[in-house]
Amino acid sequence: MSNDIIISATKLTKRFGHFTAVDEITFDVHKGEIFGFLGANGAGKTTAMRMLCGLSMPTSGKASVAGFDVYKHNEDIKKNIGYMSQKFSLYEDLTVRENMQLYGGIYGKSKAFIKDKTQEIVDQLHLGNEADKLVKSLPLGWKQKLAFSVAIFHEPGIVFLDEPTGGVDPVTRREFWNMIYEAADKGITVFVTTHYMDEAEYCSRVSIMVDGKIEAMDTPAELRKRYNAPSMDEVFLKLARKATRSE
Amino acid sequence: MKQFFSFVTKEFLHIWRDKRTMFILLGMPVFQIIIFGFALTNEVKNSKIAVLDQSKDAASVSLIQELDASRYFDVQQNLTSYKEIETAFRKGKIKLAVVLPNQFDEDLQHINKASVQLIADASDPNVASTLTNYATAVIMDFQNRITSNKKLPYSINVETRMLYNPQLKGAYNFVPGVMAMVLLLVCTMMTAITIVREKEMGTMEVMLVSPMKPQMVVFSKAVPYLMLSAVNIASILLLSVFVLEVPINGSLTLLVAESLLFTLVALSLGLLISTITDSQQAAMFIALVGMFLPTVMLSGFMFPIENMPLPLRTFSNIVPAKWYYIIVRSVMIKGLGIMGVWKETLVLVGMLLFFLTVAVKRFKIRLQ
Repeated sequence: MSNDIIISATKLTKRFGHFTAVDEITFDVHKGEIFGFLGANGAGKTTAMRMLCGLSMPTSGKASVAGFDVYKHNEDIKKNIGYMSQKFSLYEDLTVRENMQLYGGIYGKSKAFIKDKTQEIVDQLHLGNEADKLVKSLPLGWKQKLAFSVAIFHEPGIVFLDEPTGGVDPVTRREFWNMIYEAADKGITVFVTTHYMDEAEYCSRVSIMVDGKIEAMDTPAELRKRYNAPSMDEVFLKLARKATRSE
Repeated sequence: MKQFFSFVTKEFLHIWRDKRTMFILLGMPVFQIIIFGFALTNEVKNSKIAVLDQSKDAASVSLIQELDASRYFDVQQNLTSYKEIETAFRKGKIKLAVVLPNQFDEDLQHINKASVQLIADASDPNVASTLTNYATAVIMDFQNRITSNKKLPYSINVETRMLYNPQLKGAYNFVPGVMAMVLLLVCTMMTAITIVREKEMGTMEVMLVSPMKPQMVVFSKAVPYLMLSAVNIASILLLSVFVLEVPINGSLTLLVAESLLFTLVALSLGLLISTITDSQQAAMFIALVGMFLPTVMLSGFMFPIENMPLPLRTFSNIVPAKWYYIIVRSVMIKGLGIMGVWKETLVLVGMLLFFLTVAVKRFKIRLQ
């Protein structure tokens, strides 16, 4: 069982001055899981994720991603993960194809690989006519799906998604989650932060962060049972009520 | 290497897609050279003057003709009384009035001493003193000619030679200045803005999560602007040699090498600015106020540094453009070799190392 742990954090902490953004969180993520990282705005989700991605240096605690230590083997981690940030992260003044060529190149993929993969994504997203148009001309829903495809372009073992569905309509969100399932079926571990509780139901396991600490962690079904709540929404409200800080 | 090429390609695409900016960057040096070369010149040409000739004799008439014939002056008005001088100045039509007294010729012939009064509009002191200097020179010429066949008891013959720039062309002065300005603008401002833009857009974050080394991200951003600068250096030099007829007296290789050194200083400054701020507006503001104004004011290109008060003179030493300006003038106009500019070169190298060290130290590999 412990062999398939792909992300592991032990008492991971991040302080900014006197403010403790992430307070001794401990959790494991298993290979192939869709791990939901839930919490209200300002609970510390993004900070925790950034430490795992090597964007932010932890203050204390231990963490490893894909078997590499976040303090020492930062560069190895970067090769094995994909990342989609809260802000839209494609270049709007490049075409769909050019964006993919760029990311493929940055991850050191061969020309043939980039060509095949680009075609695959264009077909998958039905982007046929738009592949050579500037990204800024695409509607938001498409952009988000494209950003996700680009984040897993280099076929990483893990993909980190930071509130990927912000501002997207329900239909597109549904399609987006289908893409996440497809990725998980291919064996990619998905680490996703969100504050949409209906999305939490789609995850294999969720953790709920309140004020920098993990208050609960289990499968959605188990959590509903434990907190005697009909939906994840209720579970979340029960836990988040304890929060003392907000953004 | 593949990463590097993908990234540089992307940077070129950014510049290429933003046509307006690209044309500004490539067109600006051309426009500046043309504007400075033909419109904004502080050379004096065909200044309008008025003459009050009270004697109207052979000598006075020929002196006035001489003034009119010189390329500096254009006699616009013949006045008849002192009062009219004031009126003519007030109308703003003339810059200089020449007054020749009664019996100009007679005085000259018999007592060997005649006087001429020059009245200049000193609301612009520089123009006023230039005009009186030129007028004096014309009058001296005139005097030398009419006295040449007479023997004077004493005479000091002053012979002036304007070294390096015999025709006193303004272009010799502003071509080096424009080069400094354009390189700073393209390199410092554009580097700062493009890096900060990626921070603002959130794409920098994605770059930093990728295996791409942060130094590599920054370095590949610099490459296209380095190339743009090379094009600009070439177009400025071609224009100044073939259109403004400013010669390159020194070694072209040295001039280009020094320009590349200055470009690197400007790029590292841009990088430094990008580490201080997270917004494009702030980056542009810092680049303009912090770099552009000191370059224009304190490089010696618009205003001579020697005449400034001590604090400003001291401050001008930390303006990179000042040193580059000295180098370009020395190499291009005076034709000096590296031995003539090694001190200034060393200052620029020092600045480059300093800015680069501070910038790289400040450039956060891990975002906060």
